[in-house]
Amino acid sequence: MSELLSGNQAVARGAYEAGATVATGYPGTPSTEILEEAARFKPEIYCEWSPNEKVALEVAAGAALAGARCIVTMKHVGLNVASDPLMTLSYLGVEGGLVVCVADDPGMHSSQNEQDTRHYARLAKVPLFEPADSQEAKDFVGAALDVSESFRTPVILRSTTRVSHSRSLVALGERRALPRAVAFQKNPARYVPIPLWGRVMRTEVEERLGRLAEAAERSPANRIEWRDRELGIITASIAYQYVREVWPEASVLKLGFSYPFPDGLIRQFAAGARRLLIVEELDAILEEHVRSLGLACHGRDVVPGVGELSPTVLLAARARLEGKPAPRTALRGDPGDLPVRPPVLCPGCPHRGIFYALGRQDVIVTGDIGCYSLGVFKPLDRVDTILCMGAGVSMAQGFEKAGVRQKVVGIIGDSTFFHSGITGLLDIVYNKGTAAIIVMDNRTTAMTGHQDHPGTGRTLMGEPTAALSIAEIGRACGVRRVHEVNPYDLETTQRVLAEAIQANEPALVVSVAPCALARRTPVGPAREVSAEACVDCGQCLGLGCPALEAAGDGVRISELLCRGCGLCEQVCPVGAIAARGAP
Amino acid sequence: MSRVAPVSVVLAGVGGQGIVLASTIVARAAILAGFQVKTNEVHGMAQRGGSVIAQVRYGPEVHSPLVSEGTACVLASLEQIEALRNANYLAPEGLAVVSRQRALPATVSAGRAVYPADVEARLRRTFNRLIYLDAEGMAVRCGSVRVANVVVLGALSTGLDLPADTWHAAVSSCVPEKYRELNIRAFQAGREGATSAASS
Repeated sequence: MSELLSGNQAVARGAYEAGATVATGYPGTPSTEILEEAARFKPEIYCEWSPNEKVALEVAAGAALAGARCIVTMKHVGLNVASDPLMTLSYLGVEGGLVVCVADDPGMHSSQNEQDTRHYARLAKVPLFEPADSQEAKDFVGAALDVSESFRTPVILRSTTRVSHSRSLVALGERRALPRAVAFQKNPARYVPIPLWGRVMRTEVEERLGRLAEAAERSPANRIEWRDRELGIITASIAYQYVREVWPEASVLKLGFSYPFPDGLIRQFAAGARRLLIVEELDAILEEHVRSLGLACHGRDVVPGVGELSPTVLLAARARLEGKPAPRTALRGDPGDLPVRPPVLCPGCPHRGIFYALGRQDVIVTGDIGCYSLGVFKPLDRVDTILCMGAGVSMAQGFEKAGVRQKVVGIIGDSTFFHSGITGLLDIVYNKGTAAIIVMDNRTTAMTGHQDHPGTGRTLMGEPTAALSIAEIGRACGVRRVHEVNPYDLETTQRVLAEAIQANEPALVVSVAPCALARRTPVGPAREVSAEACVDCGQCLGLGCPALEAAGDGVRISELLCRGCGLCEQVCPVGAIAARGAP
Repeated sequence: MSRVAPVSVVLAGVGGQGIVLASTIVARAAILAGFQVKTNEVHGMAQRGGSVIAQVRYGPEVHSPLVSEGTACVLASLEQIEALRNANYLAPEGLAVVSRQRALPATVSAGRAVYPADVEARLRRTFNRLIYLDAEGMAVRCGSVRVANVVVLGALSTGLDLPADTWHAAVSSCVPEKYRELNIRAFQAGREGATSAASS
């Protein structure tokens, strides 16, 4: 039986068929759907959203040492967070298979950087699999779990946005049973890397890499497709698909088990092709290795290393390689004057009230990763920096300690606070900072599509659980000035924020209101503008609400879009906005 | 070379218009007709007012899920400037199906950018083959404004070589049972509307 599956769905299916019993992760585009899909295989697979990727990998590491087959899911920057356990788990090795499924985002569709996860395979000295479509995504999870167990090593399965979010037909199979009973065999020399034993592990890791390279030579995931031998192309992942369309006549060495490099296969392929071209997305990792083997090749000289590849990009690369002019241009419907359509905070979004209130304060705002990053856009324009998860809190301390003139406000979401905001808050209290930290608590992980977290009272398995209070955590961290505000009450919010900012001690303001997209009912009655009363001052447009429309002679509110949050009514200086149909 | 190039379809619009469902129905129809299929859509910010684009490719053998510029047989858009924005995907002789809908970007509604006043003229200038229809109005007449996506789907089906019965089967298998008739009506309205628009 075949089904049309996305790459992410296929990874989850692959884990199920390969007998995985534990799956952990933290949401992050483009990886999120892997774990959501895996959760559909409960109770066969235990699934959890961990507070962050480091915890997710450590949970899976424990399960794998007990013999369970595990997958861990995250986006590329999530692996930075999980890199600490990964580096040493490589030394400890595993009993049950453990595959870290990481989704890169070439082109930065929904990410703050374009890092290439393949570097981590080399850094951690662990094998790497790179599927090129959904069928391979499913098959490679099973193959990676097998390699993980045979060689006692964690494995990285690297996807990209276009593999994760493209759908193609996948032949489904049966679930294999876990080949062993779950149990822990005490063996400190294997599981405790104190230097005495760690040095032994260190040697074993190098020796394992050699055996893995031999396995990569023989793996069916790596194959040579001989066609015309004038040009031979070495490629992997989604780039393989583009290569087949753009160079249908060329011979191809397709790598699926791509690290450690199968040098014998590479040499054999290079010997059989007159010219060699490396087509890889992002960094020139493969190309540099091929050159280190003493093989001449084209690569970065014709294929760009910044941004994602596509058939269109490779058609231009082909023209460069052949010294021909770029292919003819297509229809042009945009002479450059079409209005852009940036994502915006939704109508009724509770974050809007906070940003509006912050607009009245002379402060530096250190932001964080989540929907509230959209507060950077005009007219709200109230986010000054974004670095990574948790930095909204910690960087505020840095600005203050550098001695800036303004007071500093740190912004972070609820899921992000649990992910890595708490340690930053501890730092502010411990090291005598006075920044005001605002947790935009909308009771969900909104940006990635509403996943549960330690504050929501529900697990990924759908069970009720403890709902942790951010205010209580703040108090436990030593913050004495903790406030909860309703961000739809602008006057109170502005007063509380002003006090928190002026205070000479750390302040935690928790803005509590559920995500407008997640709630079933409107916040309040839809609003309308009285055309007679409106003086067209534009004050309400400063909220950046998509439901408000500048109509030339005043403002109109879309009945369809308005969620009745009432912020526009509160900011209107002449009382021209009221509930629709109100007297 | 006896290689048959895949057929490419691009659907565009803004979040919440049902672009992904429409692309799923195209994929299903192609599968039912016995083809290999690949699709891609850009996720992420779609629900937050951003542009949405979905691509479907089918044929005896399909490698890339992404459409090359200038090669799509059909470009369908539920929003007018999104059609212009994605015109580069369409083959010069390809069919553009554009609904007369206007979704104002936040930049426009806030008065900081201008929606082109001459959008119809631009569409007619840009596309050699254009079906320009009021999908929203047609959907309302079918019973619900929510099936405008399926009206557009019906219109774009006239630009593809898949048999009519596979389309009906595909629509039926992709929507909930209780909305089946509504969606089939919408599909037919779009398909017939396109035929009459093309001959006018």
